[in-house]
Amino acid sequence: MSYAQALRCRECEREYPLEPSFFCQLCFGPLEVDYDYEAISKVMTRESVAAGPPTLWRYAPLLPCDPAYKVDPGTGYTPLRRADRLAEAIGLDTLWIKNDTVNPTWSFKDRVVSVAIARARQFGFTGIACASTGNLANSVAAHGAHAGMDTFVFIPDDLEEGKVVGSAIYSPALVMVRGSYDDVNRMCTELSHDQPWAFVNINVRPYYAEGSRTLAYEVAEQLGWRTPDHCVVPMASGSLFTKIWKGFKEFHEVGLIDEPRTRMSGAQAAGCSPISTAYAEGTLNFRPQKPDTIARSLAIGNPADGYYALKTMQDTEGGAEMATDPEIVDAVKLLAETEGIFAETAGGVTIACLKRMVESGHIRRDEETVAFITGGGLKTIEAVQGQLTEPLRVPASSDAFLEALEARRAAEAGVAVTAGGA
Amino acid sequence: MAVTVKIPTPLRELTADQGTVEADGASTLLELVEHLEASYPGMRERLCDDDGELRRFVNVFVNGEDVRYLAGLDSALSEGDEVSIVPAVAGG
Repeated sequence: MSYAQALRCRECEREYPLEPSFFCQLCFGPLEVDYDYEAISKVMTRESVAAGPPTLWRYAPLLPCDPAYKVDPGTGYTPLRRADRLAEAIGLDTLWIKNDTVNPTWSFKDRVVSVAIARARQFGFTGIACASTGNLANSVAAHGAHAGMDTFVFIPDDLEEGKVVGSAIYSPALVMVRGSYDDVNRMCTELSHDQPWAFVNINVRPYYAEGSRTLAYEVAEQLGWRTPDHCVVPMASGSLFTKIWKGFKEFHEVGLIDEPRTRMSGAQAAGCSPISTAYAEGTLNFRPQKPDTIARSLAIGNPADGYYALKTMQDTEGGAEMATDPEIVDAVKLLAETEGIFAETAGGVTIACLKRMVESGHIRRDEETVAFITGGGLKTIEAVQGQLTEPLRVPASSDAFLEALEARRAAEAGVAVTAGGA
Repeated sequence: MAVTVKIPTPLRELTADQGTVEADGASTLLELVEHLEASYPGMRERLCDDDGELRRFVNVFVNGEDVRYLAGLDSALSEGDEVSIVPAVAGG
């Protein structure tokens, strides 16, 4: 069963039945799932959650689908790790990394797809589809294969090889569209009017987007049933950002935690920063951009939830930053070198923006902060290839190795900059 | 001067279920909205807010280009253009 009751327009509050639809027929505003929180608060306790499976399904009463329809490759309940070395490097007392690179297809998109595919099956769909910047494509392709559904995956044709292969391996109908993600999205939205498929981020988007709230539930539970002072979250459409805040508020509403006072701050690449630019200009109305950044998973120039992300920043006294491509690469390396976590470029955006926010004083040293790392680095090796320390290349001789090591150390000592880290 | 307009599902109740309609004689998007209103009464209110601006969650594309990159409602139209009305809350 599910405690979802209806869909409701976020703009005009008109109510709709739980159907595959995503926008208000009257004002085109986004539809969001409404729940019976009172009933949920009666069945959901800290103990009942703790006794659940080590996946996002431990929060099943708060998900908008009947778990009987789930396709579960083991998504969620990923590690929340203290990151003391990174904290020290950037000047924070307490920093946590929510490491969502360890999901079944190595990104947080497995969360939203888990929920979307369960709801799609509940609706009776036999085909599943998406418009994607890459990570979603990987996840939909894998879940579609696992569920034995017809699977249609649409991506722009300039994605990293790891993301293309990471979809193709599951043998979906993989469609590379000559154009940007925003072109792909428009094309798929047109297709969704007439094709009998569940486009996870279009016609079943209200359900899909709810999957992101599980990141907030996990962080609150893993911190010992409380919320952090500050969250730094990467933004593409802005959906993840708004849903994490929603998740904290809901956890309070069902009585699991105190009222959250978390400040929510978002991270974008300078080459695709419609939301961060609007924040800097003090407006809730972003202007779409033509993306040009190595952070392709965040390259959405026309973000569907940009307006709500900006409102969330306003409501929580949070903010937004943007990072240049070289800063993104440096931050991917910094996270790897200090914490042993290899993130894709979006993770670099998050860490680079976090660093900027600490430097600018937007995040104070004593604010306990959680940084969300939402995708794994093997998906975007192009971004760092050629920018890492060259391996020592030696013949199979211990003397040759020791000699080469000595030479490398001498060279490093001569160039003091590399010794101090980032 | 005819342009083709792609109509999203919820607006098809105004267009007798047609997913694509033709409109003649509009040289800007604003004029097209007026033409659509004349042929399919109620269309203007669905596309524009009380200030006459395009609603926040309505995207309009001319030949695949978001009109917010062009001149908004003042964007020029010419013979054979394809105008697509698309809900803005998709994707991501």
